[in-house]
Amino acid sequence: MDKEIKKLIQHTVIEPKKLLHLNFGELWKYRDLISLFVKKDFALVYKQTILGPLWVFLNPLITTIIYTVVFGGIANISTDGVPKLLFYMAGNTLWTFFSEAISKTATTFKDNAQVFGKIYFPRLTRPISLVLYTGINFAFQFLMFVPVWIFYIVRGEVQPHWTYLWVLPVVLLFMAAMALGCGLIVSSITIKYRDMAIVITFGVKVWMYATPVVYPMTEVNNELLRRIILLNPVTQPMELFRFVLLGEGTLSAAGMIWTAVFAVAILLFGMMYFNKVEKTFMDTI
Amino acid sequence: MNRNETPAATGAQENATLKALKEYYLNEAPFAIQMTGVKKEYQLGQFSSGTLINDVRSWWARKHGRDDPNTKVENDGRVILTDRFLALDDINLEIKHGETVGLIGANGAGKSTLLKLLSRVTAPTAGRIEIYGRVASMLEVGTGFNRELTGRENIYMNGTILGMTKSEIDRKMDAIIDFSEIGRYIDTPVKRYSSGMYVKLAFAVAANLDAEIMIMDEVLAVGDMAFQKKCIEKMRGIEQERGKTILYVSHNMDTIKRLCERCIVLKQGKIIFDGPANEAIALYMGINRAVATHYDYPESSHARYNFRKALIESADFPASFNGQIPENATLSFRVAVLGKLDLSEMYLRLEIVNSYGTVIGVMNSERGVPLKKNARTHVSVVMNCAHLAPGNYQVNLVAEAYTASGEWMKLDAVDSAFSLEIAYNAAAEEQHAHWFAVWNSSVNLEPLQIAQV
Repeated sequence: MDKEIKKLIQHTVIEPKKLLHLNFGELWKYRDLISLFVKKDFALVYKQTILGPLWVFLNPLITTIIYTVVFGGIANISTDGVPKLLFYMAGNTLWTFFSEAISKTATTFKDNAQVFGKIYFPRLTRPISLVLYTGINFAFQFLMFVPVWIFYIVRGEVQPHWTYLWVLPVVLLFMAAMALGCGLIVSSITIKYRDMAIVITFGVKVWMYATPVVYPMTEVNNELLRRIILLNPVTQPMELFRFVLLGEGTLSAAGMIWTAVFAVAILLFGMMYFNKVEKTFMDTI
Repeated sequence: MNRNETPAATGAQENATLKALKEYYLNEAPFAIQMTGVKKEYQLGQFSSGTLINDVRSWWARKHGRDDPNTKVENDGRVILTDRFLALDDINLEIKHGETVGLIGANGAGKSTLLKLLSRVTAPTAGRIEIYGRVASMLEVGTGFNRELTGRENIYMNGTILGMTKSEIDRKMDAIIDFSEIGRYIDTPVKRYSSGMYVKLAFAVAANLDAEIMIMDEVLAVGDMAFQKKCIEKMRGIEQERGKTILYVSHNMDTIKRLCERCIVLKQGKIIFDGPANEAIALYMGINRAVATHYDYPESSHARYNFRKALIESADFPASFNGQIPENATLSFRVAVLGKLDLSEMYLRLEIVNSYGTVIGVMNSERGVPLKKNARTHVSVVMNCAHLAPGNYQVNLVAEAYTASGEWMKLDAVDSAFSLEIAYNAAAEEQHAHWFAVWNSSVNLEPLQIAQV
């Protein structure tokens, strides 16, 4: 038989739920659905708004200004010699990507119960598309960061580590993996325990303060706090991000390995748990 | 396949591939669907109290041998235990490619559960299901439609959810738009569509799928008559020309009879018949004819309706009633209705359904009876069966009322509330004219007056 045809033949076996069952081939087959989900999300978010897509830029800009005024101006936290605006903008851009990706994927089941209950498609397409969506939003925000960044480079106030530029995509990938993993776990637990939805909203906020977003790692002098913050797997990507772009921050190979291990583990666990719950969640919700 | 080829070449090549694929499924694949020992168990009642702290409390109490603080207790002190319920019990079934199979059974027999398993909305508790080919499920058409998106955008969305790729949809776009009869409104957000247009568009996407196996659940119960006819024709076309496999669930015996050769009857989660559609329908109508003088209509039997303005609770027949009445007789019975609001006049309607599932006539009450909120009203009904031809019938009970603004409003409805057999009068068989009326229709109209002039 023709190889082409053999490839097209669909043979599905449905059995009671198994824990370890990740079908990446199927996900790939549904890639068009993922891209359509992303497009739909973009189309829907700014419908019936006055400023439309401008919000992508306005949101982080306002937050950055608030941070600069509150943490930089009033609390007067040091930014390790980096211009305050740039420091907060970098931290906020990366953190927004991470927190948005978690909170969006965390409500996957709740938001899609209706569709999931009626039709089958690989459920993972939805959370993955949401992470891609936040990724694209991150790209836009990064575009806004670039002119400010170049302005300070030209003035000689920051010295980026150009040779490490290739690390940035890796950092983003780890952040995406961790966000997706956490989001999947939370959304799966939310089916049974509704209060997880509340926990996650302030959980993400607490997590932000446990990550060097509004302060540099060099400012943490208390040994216990320092250890806790270094245990946070998001700390190292954040430091690395600023290290490459702003030339400020600490590098730690051990930290990066910890992040990598954590990211892979939580993503795999999240996917497996999500898959297990997904198969029968319609009977519970 | 190389994505950069010219569209024409790709089209021709894809057509050849699709044809070869179809040949494979029809001639070489061992079956389309095979189910072996499939069971599906549902948990009734509370799964979890919904918050973690309560679950921990329950677990703690159980561990220390105390009563669970979160157990539900009935008024009389009985403890409600979580119950398990087998919606499907040991289903074994094989459907070959190209077959059109009907699936019938009373409410709660497991039809929907079976379709849910096949369309992979939920997983079985035990057993194994194997499928060769792509399954298009139409448990509900228009799934994934978004009101803000235009018709065209929704076709892409819905189509990809149903498993098509974007290029496949591009190729079928014209056919889909054409079939949907939406025309120039295709680039308008669907929130501006009428409900009829919405359904047509949704069905158009589903009907144009390239799936080898189609699972349908009464999708044809929607849309206007002309569109329904078109859909049925499309389905028959699907079945005959392209060798598709169709599993069709319906309460409408008429469509089952017209579309399916083979039919499966489910009862309480088990397959009790699998064979020719005619026999299946006869058997099914027989199952439903279990005779009683008292019928209860628990809330679950109203599941298809969401009017919730009254609850038809039960019907009581005279003790002498054995499910059969002679021709031209009247039948008296009582209906108990629980009011959910105060009404000065509630009307009753009986819909008479023949053994093919077709409503052959309705009987409306001319006068209404008052209904009180949260009180049970007993209504006596006299049903004159004068024009019903001998045969078996199902009767649907409908309660209605006028709203303050003078519109009809459905209060509640029970499908197949009871069954009735109009006995055949053997003595009358001698008369040729009578014989014709009995065997050719469900209704005896007045005799024709003719004379030589």
